Amino acid sequence: MLEIDRLSVGYGWTGRPVVTIVRDVSLTVGTGEVVGIAGESGCGKTTLALAATGLLDPPGRILSGSVRYQGTDLTSLSPQELRELRLTEISMVFQASMNVLNPVMRIRNQFLDAMAAHGVESSAEARKRAEETFDLVKIPRQFFDAYPHQLSGGMRQRAVIALAVVLRPKVLVLDEPTTALDVVVQRSILQSLNDLRRELDFGIVFITHDLSLLVEIADRIAIMYAGAVVEDAAAKDLYQRPRHPYTSALMEAFPPLGGERKRLEGISGQPPDLRHLPTGCSFAPRCPRAIAGTCDTIDPPAIRQDGGHLVVCHLYGEQEARVG
Amino acid sequence: MASAPSVESPVLEVHGLTKHYTVGRLGRRKVVHALSDISLSVKKGEVLGLVGESGSGKTTFIRTVLMLDRPTAGTIQVHGQEPVPMRPSLRRLREHRRRVQMIFQDPYSSLDPLHTVRYSVGRPLRAFGIVPRHEQKAAVEELLIQVGLVPAGDFLRRYPYQLSGGQRQRVGVARALAARPSVLLADEPTSMLDVSIRLSIMNLLLELRSSESLSLVFVTHDLAGAYYMSDRIAIMYAGHLLEVGPAAEVMGDPRHPYTQLLREAAPDPEGDFGRDTRFEAQGDPPDLTSLPGGCPFVPRCPFARSECETALPDWREVGAEHRVRCVLYDEPLTSGGRDA
Amino acid sequence: MNVRAVLSNPRAILGATIIGFFIVIALLAPVISPYSPNDINFPIGLGPTWKHWLGTTAGGQDILSQLIWGTRASVSVGLLTGALICLVQLVTGIFAGYAGGLTDTASAMVTNVFLVLPALPLLIVLSAYLQGSGGSGSTPVLIGVITITGWAWGARVLRSQAIALRDRPFVEAARISGEGRWHIVLSHIVPNMLGIMVANFFGAALFAVLAEAGLEFIGLGNINTVTWGTMLYWAQNDEATLMGLWSWLLMPGLCILLFGTALGLLNFAIDEIANPNLRRD
Repeated sequence: MLEIDRLSVGYGWTGRPVVTIVRDVSLTVGTGEVVGIAGESGCGKTTLALAATGLLDPPGRILSGSVRYQGTDLTSLSPQELRELRLTEISMVFQASMNVLNPVMRIRNQFLDAMAAHGVESSAEARKRAEETFDLVKIPRQFFDAYPHQLSGGMRQRAVIALAVVLRPKVLVLDEPTTALDVVVQRSILQSLNDLRRELDFGIVFITHDLSLLVEIADRIAIMYAGAVVEDAAAKDLYQRPRHPYTSALMEAFPPLGGERKRLEGISGQPPDLRHLPTGCSFAPRCPRAIAGTCDTIDPPAIRQDGGHLVVCHLYGEQEARVG
Repeated sequence: MASAPSVESPVLEVHGLTKHYTVGRLGRRKVVHALSDISLSVKKGEVLGLVGESGSGKTTFIRTVLMLDRPTAGTIQVHGQEPVPMRPSLRRLREHRRRVQMIFQDPYSSLDPLHTVRYSVGRPLRAFGIVPRHEQKAAVEELLIQVGLVPAGDFLRRYPYQLSGGQRQRVGVARALAARPSVLLADEPTSMLDVSIRLSIMNLLLELRSSESLSLVFVTHDLAGAYYMSDRIAIMYAGHLLEVGPAAEVMGDPRHPYTQLLREAAPDPEGDFGRDTRFEAQGDPPDLTSLPGGCPFVPRCPFARSECETALPDWREVGAEHRVRCVLYDEPLTSGGRDA
Repeated sequence: MNVRAVLSNPRAILGATIIGFFIVIALLAPVISPYSPNDINFPIGLGPTWKHWLGTTAGGQDILSQLIWGTRASVSVGLLTGALICLVQLVTGIFAGYAGGLTDTASAMVTNVFLVLPALPLLIVLSAYLQGSGGSGSTPVLIGVITITGWAWGARVLRSQAIALRDRPFVEAARISGEGRWHIVLSHIVPNMLGIMVANFFGAALFAVLAEAGLEFIGLGNINTVTWGTMLYWAQNDEATLMGLWSWLLMPGLCILLFGTALGLLNFAIDEIANPNLRRD
C-alpha cells in the first residue's frame, strides 16, 4: 500500500553540496501491517518519515527514488495534492506532539478546523465523528471542549492520535510517539493504538529507538544506521536471529527484565558524520566482526535470506542469492 | 576515605525524609507533597536502584539528600554519624558533599560551557582540598583515565562543545569522583544518551563500584536498566516508597500492585503484545498537590479496600530484606503469599 | 556572546567607532589641544577663526581646547561612573540574585526603593544637599551621587538573569563541588551572562554621561573643571546666545549627543546579540 522504493533524501540548497541523510531505502507497508523502523539519533529515520509523508521542507529534498501510495508516486504530486492526501489517506504523529496542539485553541476547534479543511462541512457531523474517535482512543468526551493544557501529557498524545485518525487514513506514521511519556501511559496508548488499528484497519509505520518495544508491537522491523537500512525482517525473527552485527549490538543494549544478569557491552565509538562516510560499510569502524580489506573498501551487498529476511552485510555475501 | 566504616553501619541512611513546597501566589497557594516519609539505607559497595515514573519524587529525593533543597522533615546520615542538621553550617554542608556526590541527568547542561574539562573536574579537588595545588593536574588526569577518557592529556584542554554526550557524562562522573565520595547519587544518568552509549556508562558505574567500593543510588524510570545495575530495587510512586527488596525478587515476583503494573508495562521483547494483562492500566499518577489520604495508588489499584484510603499501610516483610507497603500482605507469609 | 556577531553588526560598528574616536581624543588631549583650556588671555567672544577654530568664550578661553580637554574629563568620568555602577550591580543584583534568601530579599527591597524614587529630582536634591549650589561641588561627590541614583534599574535586569542561571545544572554541580558563593558568581554566573553585562555597562555609562552633563549644566558640578557639562553651564551663564557664540553652546552639546548615542547604539546592539529574543532576523 505504501511503497518506498530506493529513496534517497538529502539536505542542501541547490548548488551547494548536499548531505545525504537517507541512502537508498526501500520499505513496504501493507494494509493493517505494523512496520517498525529502529535506529539511534542521526540514523535518518525522521527524515525518512518526513519524506515519505510529503512533509519534507527545503533545504531537504528527495534526491532519487520514489514513494508510492496505492500506486501513485507522491514525489510527483503538487503541494496542493499532497495536502489533500494528508489526514485523509496518510497521517503523521510526531514526538512530543502535545506541543503541536495550539495552546490557545480548544481541542474541539482544532478538530473542526482540520476536518473542515478536508471537506467535512457540517460541524455537527464533524463533531460526531471526532467524538467517536475520542472514544476509540479512550479519552473521556468531556475533554473535547477543553484546552490542551487541561489535559495530562498522555491525554494530549491520545488527542493528537485522535486528530491523526479522525479522517480514517490508510497509513499512520508515528515518530517516537511515546518516548516522552511514562512507561505505563505508553503501554496504555499503544494498546489503544492497536485496538484502533484492528478497528479501522490502517497500516502503521512506527519509528523509535526502543527496539525492545518494537519487537513486541511490530510485524516487521527495519534497522537503520547512518541513513541506510542494514536489516529488515519479521519482528520475532529479527529478535531470535539477528544477522547484522549492528542489530545484535543494538539488541544487547537493552538489558532484559529478568533472568540471569550478565554483563552486556555497548557499542564503542560513535555514529559516523554523514558528510564524511567511511568507504565500504558505514558500520565497519565499530563492527566487532568487520573483515579487514572487504568491509572497509567495498559496499556491503543486500542479501535476502530465508523468507524475506534482508541483511546488508558482507558476512552473508557468499552464501545466499543476491538481490537485484 | 578517612575512617573505614564498620561493616554493619550503612553508608547512607535516610529516615522519614519528607519534602513539601508551596507554589502559587497569595490566595492561590498550593502545597506540593513531593516526598513523603522516605526511609532507605545503602550499604557499602551496594547499588540501590530507585525506580519511579515522572512525579514519583525520585529527583526530589536526590536533591534533598544532597541538601540542594532543604528537606521538610527527616534525617540524613552518612557513615552512621550525626544527622545533617536542617540548616547546616557551610562547613557541615561541605563535609556532607565531600561524601555524597551526584551525577546529573543532562550531559548537555551539567558542564559549564565556558570552562575546560580540566577546570570542571579540578574544581572539587580544589574546593575540598583533596590534593595540593601542584598535584592537581596529575590528579585530574588520573580521574579522566578512570572514567575511560584517554588519552587524558587530550581531554584536559577540551571544552564541552567538543565532546559527545557520552564523553560529557564521563566528565560528569570524573567530577563527582574528584571529591572521593562514599556515595554517588546518579539522576537518570543514561536517559539522555543514545541507546548504544547507555550500557558503557552503566558499566563504568558498576566498575567504579567495585574498584572504589562506592555505594551507588541509581535513579531511573527504566526498570530494565535498574535490574541490570542494582543489588536492591526501591519503587517510588507519588512521593512514597512502596516496595523495596533484592532486585531479582522485586522483578521476578513483584508484590505491590504498582510494581506489578510497572513490570507488565515495561517493553518486553519476550512478551506478546495484546496479551491479557493483569489489569488495564487506567488513570494517571495523582496530582501531588491533592493527594488522597492513605495509599496514593488507591485510585488506580484494582485491589483497593476501604482501609487503604484511610491510612497509609505499614510496611510488611515479604521476604529476606523485601518489604512492601500494602495491605494485601497482612496475612502471614504462605507459599504463594498474595491475592489474585 | 558571539564576538563575530558583534563585529559584524552595523550599529555596534558605528557606536564603537564613535566611542573609539572620543577615547582617542581624550587620550591625546595634551598632544592635540592647541592651547591650554584655562588660558584666558585670548580675545573675548571671537567667532571661529584660523587661530581659534571654534572661537573663544566670553572669558577668553579657546573653545576647541576646552572641548578637547572636556572630552577627556567627561569621557573618563562617564565610563568610570558606569563601571562603578556595574560594580554595585554585581553585588546588589547578581550576587544577591544568586544567593537568594534574606540577602536577595533585602537587596530587592532596596532596589525597589531606588527604582521608585525619580532619578532626576533625586540627583538634584542629593547634589545640592551634599555640595551646595554655586558650583563648589567636587567630582568624587558627583560620581557618588550618580552611582547612587543610577544602579537600581540595571540591577533588576542582572538579578533576573542571575536567578535564571542559578538553576542551571552546571551551577548546581558547582555548588555540590564545594565551591563558595562568590567563586560561583565570578566564575560561572558572570561569564555566562557577559553579553548582558557588557550591554548593561553601556547603558549605565550613558546614564552617567547624561546625568553628569545635566548636573553640571545646572551648576551642581565643579565649575572649575572643564567638562562638556561645565562648558554648557558657562555658556548659558555668560549668555552665549545673546553674544552669538553658537559654537560654545553647540559643540559640547553635540559631543554629549554623539557620545550618548554611541553608548546607546552599543547597548542595543550587544543586548540584541546576547539576548536571542530581541534579534531582528
